[in-house]
Amino acid sequence: MPIESVFARLEPLLPQVQKPIQYVGGELNAVTKDWDAATVRWALMYPDAYEVGVPNQGVQILYEVLNEQDDVLAERTYAVWHDLEALMREHHVPQFTVDGHRPVGEFDLFGVSFSTELGYTNLLTALDLAGIPIRAAEREESHPLVVAGGHAAFNPEPIADFIDAAVLGDGEQVVLEITRIVREFKQAGSPGGRQELLFRLAQTGGVYVPQFYDVEYLDDGRIKRVVPNRHGVPWRVSKHTVMDLDAWPYPKQPLVPLAESVHERASVEIFRGCTRGCRFCQAGMITRPVRERSITGIGEMVEQSLQATGFEEVGLLSLSSADHSEIADIAHGLADRYEGTNTSLSLPSTRVDAFNIDLANELTRNGRRSGLTFAPEGGSERIRKVINKMVTEEDLIKTVAAAYSNGWRQVKLYFMCGLPTETDDDVVQIARMAREVIKTGREVSGRRDIRCTVSIGGFVPKPHTPFQWVAQLDHETTDERLKKLRDEIRSDRNYAKAIGFRYHDGKPGIVEGLLSRGDRRVGRIIEAVWADGGRFDGWSEHFSFDRWMRCADDALANEPVDVNWYTTREREFSEVLPWDHLDSGLDKDWLWEDWQDALTGVEVDDCRWTPCFDCGVCPQMQTDIEVGPTGKTLLPVTVVGSGAATLHA
Amino acid sequence: MSRQPPQRDVAPAVQKLRVRYAKRGRLRFTSHRDIQRSLERALRRTGVPMAYSAGFSPHPKISYAGAASMGAASEAEYLEISVTQHLDPGKVRDALDAAMPPGLDIVEVVSATAGSLADQLEASEWQIELAGVGLAEADVAVIKFLEQDTVEVERMTKSGLRRFDARQAVVRLAVEGGESDDRGPCAILRLVVRHVSPAVRPDDVLTALHVVASLTPPVPPKVTRLAQGPLKQESGMVADPLAADRVA
Repeated sequence: MPIESVFARLEPLLPQVQKPIQYVGGELNAVTKDWDAATVRWALMYPDAYEVGVPNQGVQILYEVLNEQDDVLAERTYAVWHDLEALMREHHVPQFTVDGHRPVGEFDLFGVSFSTELGYTNLLTALDLAGIPIRAAEREESHPLVVAGGHAAFNPEPIADFIDAAVLGDGEQVVLEITRIVREFKQAGSPGGRQELLFRLAQTGGVYVPQFYDVEYLDDGRIKRVVPNRHGVPWRVSKHTVMDLDAWPYPKQPLVPLAESVHERASVEIFRGCTRGCRFCQAGMITRPVRERSITGIGEMVEQSLQATGFEEVGLLSLSSADHSEIADIAHGLADRYEGTNTSLSLPSTRVDAFNIDLANELTRNGRRSGLTFAPEGGSERIRKVINKMVTEEDLIKTVAAAYSNGWRQVKLYFMCGLPTETDDDVVQIARMAREVIKTGREVSGRRDIRCTVSIGGFVPKPHTPFQWVAQLDHETTDERLKKLRDEIRSDRNYAKAIGFRYHDGKPGIVEGLLSRGDRRVGRIIEAVWADGGRFDGWSEHFSFDRWMRCADDALANEPVDVNWYTTREREFSEVLPWDHLDSGLDKDWLWEDWQDALTGVEVDDCRWTPCFDCGVCPQMQTDIEVGPTGKTLLPVTVVGSGAATLHA
Repeated sequence: MSRQPPQRDVAPAVQKLRVRYAKRGRLRFTSHRDIQRSLERALRRTGVPMAYSAGFSPHPKISYAGAASMGAASEAEYLEISVTQHLDPGKVRDALDAAMPPGLDIVEVVSATAGSLADQLEASEWQIELAGVGLAEADVAVIKFLEQDTVEVERMTKSGLRRFDARQAVVRLAVEGGESDDRGPCAILRLVVRHVSPAVRPDDVLTALHVVASLTPPVPPKVTRLAQGPLKQESGMVADPLAADRVA
């Protein structure tokens, strides 16, 4: 039966809301397929505002991979703002997709990608607006399976009651596998219903179905064990790893929204994974091993993206882009190819070393040299050893000297506050470092108008990292430390005006910490916060710390645990962690050793150029490092914008 | 490095193309900035050799004339693009229309002759669909409005609440008809309004109808610009602003 578009009912509401264009769809390269011709239908959500969600690479990749299948249909949906939510409730308009404006509740699968835990309340709004019961246990045969993915899905326990399944790791291949299972199940007449379908998914060992696991607690509130409650369900669920990035050159047709979004550029992922080994970095830990896209593959994707979108800028994405084994050739080749055009290239996420200045210079050959960003993360040499960010002060000063003498006017430095073993002094030293940066910059450039911006936020310990056991710093101490740093920066008049200071206060970090390392009991807090009106927790103007704490007190009133127990408490090795049954490939013993090494300031190298140090991922996941150099060069192509001849008079 | 913008070859503009485009259907919710981004990307994809400004951040030389506000549809929006090579306007129309999202449709492209496009756009003709408003009710309101010499209305602008006259700029206002389908009555107004400052927009005229006759449409009205161009004083009609260019 065809599913009717809700657009006719939505349209009269749109003149009454902010930025209505975000709800109408019609993006370049968007796809709307025939409902009845599809066997398996996915609604994909990024649980934040459209302007944040639409550029998300994960959703764009899955959207395209799924829609390339003949009998599969995938549409997108995003969180609606308060104004439209109220009108939709008043006029009974359900959560809809922006492609076909179809009700989300009519799809077979509802996939939600969580880059951050702060999207959890938005998931509940979407479910509720879609007419899907927010608790998985109350769903019926007609409701979609709610599947969580993204980095936050590596500990989905806080949302375990709200999702039917979670998938860890790279999504490209596993969405097709899930699709296959759903297709076969539907074609067989859905034998055994929803429970049977979930069981089939769980049996693969690569789809986590929370309701098939029971969590038992000790009297003191710690977890005793997490155990399958059904025969045939695996004890541990594994993450997914795509090994050959060149075989998955997505997105091929990136979406270009009509509305303004947070990233007005095309993005090409140049490699996945990172083995730098920064101990705080969840992304680096859970995406191992490193898998590079080849230089030729990158060259083709860059041009393909430009031709398909008309964007003026391409970002070369990864967790540490300068680490690609052929990055110099890539940067040089692309700079040559686009020289004299109005296409610009950017390289986010770079390390602190002078080599990066050469790369940045290449990529801005005919453009403006405004600002460069580096992330030393820790203010003192000692704390940088603790977090395994191997940057010496000398490296940093040499790097910024090279930047300023090459015409860059502004350097932005990223730091964290609240790192394990940190003292006030470790943070206050950032001010000294910033002054040193300005002093050096003035010397090498001979100018007074150069600037340095210090940007700092609170550290949040994350699952599947060596810091998963540590005590998070309380928000009061975080804020005091940040104030001391600000005062120190302001204290020296010679430099104060040249140093910008941006910071995030400690409170949102505590809620993020609660959701990151929480267990199933935290779900009650999320539900209470949502019922109390909590939405868009990633937006400071909508985030309410007091609401979270009030709801946590109520929800945990009869439990031996509280917010501090989840956040500022250090765990012991023997404690069962809520995510121990979810396998990121990392060996827990290795993570613990690495945490102990952190305490003594022992650094660990990168396994791409030193021997393996047994983090466990490759043997566990049967993967291997995939890096070049390939020795190949960029293929010559006809660049975008050269089609003018066909328009001549 | 000096603060001078980098030296680059800025190709001079050799031709100006005047473009009429329409904003239809759900794309009436695009803002002016949305259209701007969309157009510039379509121009890059089609390979139109745009002329760029010099300076640190070069931008394409495109001038937009009096864009309809967000939420209003239009059959007659205009802009002018400077290009660095002589192009066939018909080919540009076809290529650009194919590259623009459906709903932002390129109606016509002509090579500009002398004179300013903006100066030609003296008045607009609008259609206002009032779902839920009956013909008789609309008639009464329109007659009352036309009887007045001035009707003061207020609108929130960027510089705060402004009070201005919405009557004198109106050249013509009439009820053109209305459908009575299963969704109830729907009066349709035709409005010709001179471009004055501050601009009198269809929603200002609707506010004025509310002021003089308490006309209150139950759902947000649908507004469409039908034409934009020189005002024929004798007939009160809006003429085609590209007529002169087309002849040349």
